[in-house]
Amino acid sequence: MALAGLFLVVFLLVHLGINLMLLVDDGGHSFSVAANFMATNPVIRIMEVVLFGGFLLHMVFGVLVSIRNRFSRPVRYQHRSATETSPFSRYMFHSGIIVFIFLVLHFIDFYCIKIGLVAPPEGIDRHDFYHRTIVLFSDKGYAGIYLACFLFLGIHLNHAFQAAFQTIGLNHNKYVETIKTASTLYAIVVAGGFMVIPVWFMFFR
Amino acid sequence: MIFTLKIWRQKNASDNGGLVTYKVDDISPDSSFFEMLDSLNQQLIARGEDPVAFDHDCREGICGTCSLYINGRPHGPLKGTTTCQLHMRSFRNGETIFVEPWRCGAFPVVKDLIVDRSAFDRIIQAGGYVSVNSGGIPDANTLPVPKPAADAAFDAAACIGCGACVASCPNASAMLFVAAKVSHLALLPQGRVEAERRVQNMVATMDSLGFGGCSNTYACEAECPKEITIANIARMNREFLAAKLFAEKEKQVSFSL
Ligand code: SF4
Ligand code: FES
Repeated sequence: MALAGLFLVVFLLVHLGINLMLLVDDGGHSFSVAANFMATNPVIRIMEVVLFGGFLLHMVFGVLVSIRNRFSRPVRYQHRSATETSPFSRYMFHSGIIVFIFLVLHFIDFYCIKIGLVAPPEGIDRHDFYHRTIVLFSDKGYAGIYLACFLFLGIHLNHAFQAAFQTIGLNHNKYVETIKTASTLYAIVVAGGFMVIPVWFMFFR
Repeated sequence: MIFTLKIWRQKNASDNGGLVTYKVDDISPDSSFFEMLDSLNQQLIARGEDPVAFDHDCREGICGTCSLYINGRPHGPLKGTTTCQLHMRSFRNGETIFVEPWRCGAFPVVKDLIVDRSAFDRIIQAGGYVSVNSGGIPDANTLPVPKPAADAAFDAAACIGCGACVASCPNASAMLFVAAKVSHLALLPQGRVEAERRVQNMVATMDSLGFGGCSNTYACEAECPKEITIANIARMNREFLAAKLFAEKEKQVSFSL
């Protein structure tokens, strides 16, 4: 789960990089070039399959571990836990579910249209992600859901990034604090970066 | 001081059990938590009722026998102490105190607040030892141990096997306990000999007993009375990964007469 998660961490950075090109004010040219590169480059095509595998592994392990963990304490405590832990860490499954719901939406909105499973909206080519994005974000409700989902992704990542290092055994008093800071920074940059885009389209365009 | 106690009472392993409310008064702030329970039990015995059963032995924080989940925290509100080292001055006068047994499927309740922690013994039997042939006492310094390794091994060896890590973990995971035992031996030359086999067997036994998986909430580290750190869990994970990937295959010897 940790290894698949770390792989997804890298993927998110790449995806964010491409999305941020939406903000370049050239009518979507840079974004389309980047999206087109991702859609045609053979290495990226192979990576797409690996990526699906990564998501699947991460989710399957997540669900299996959560089920096991629910059964490990058949009789619960009467008094709620007063142990001080980071609240992010206790709700990884829940934030994960929200990210999963977002993934499903995201799939319907982009991937299914791209591969022709779902018809694109009137007047938009199924490979034209730029205009598709503008149409979606012009809907305030959709933008709201998008923002909320990324807030939860940020919460998920804040714990996940440093926890993955702990799981693979990289915890040393020399660098553990650096990893924790990097984890929070990464969560802010990724969640914030994705969230800037709808805000930009709503208020500055 | 006076207190209202809500204590888990359960006749035996198959009884359902439930919280029962008791009142105690005239408790000295300097009496220990167990002395407070002792005085409650005196009252109960005088009334002809069954006293509350709880585990304790050394009462000085070294044996790991005491337990008790007090107001949502194993070993109560003080950091780095066992229940036997807890005093009533750590509570407010008139406070309601919840007292429950450790909760984990692998630690079934025997009676009231006593749970069966022999699952930990199973894990130790799976590898928490070094095999040495008896013989003469080796000379000092025949086995040099680097000081930092000796210190880290000693810190890990401070684990008293109480199970508070399991009790506090939202997943009832035993990782901190097993990591302390694996680390303590893996850091020393005497323990290296069986290190690969040890970590694999102890982890497999832990999993088979129904403890949960670690999700890195670090609740264990926050509650461990001996302040065992999660760096030990990372060390165990490293040992485990390395053993799975690089351990030499063990030759099987079959005996025939
Ligand atoms: S690691 Fe700490 S909490 Fe867990 S059994 Fe050992 S001493 Fe108790
Ligand atoms: S009774 Fe021995 S550690 Fe508490």
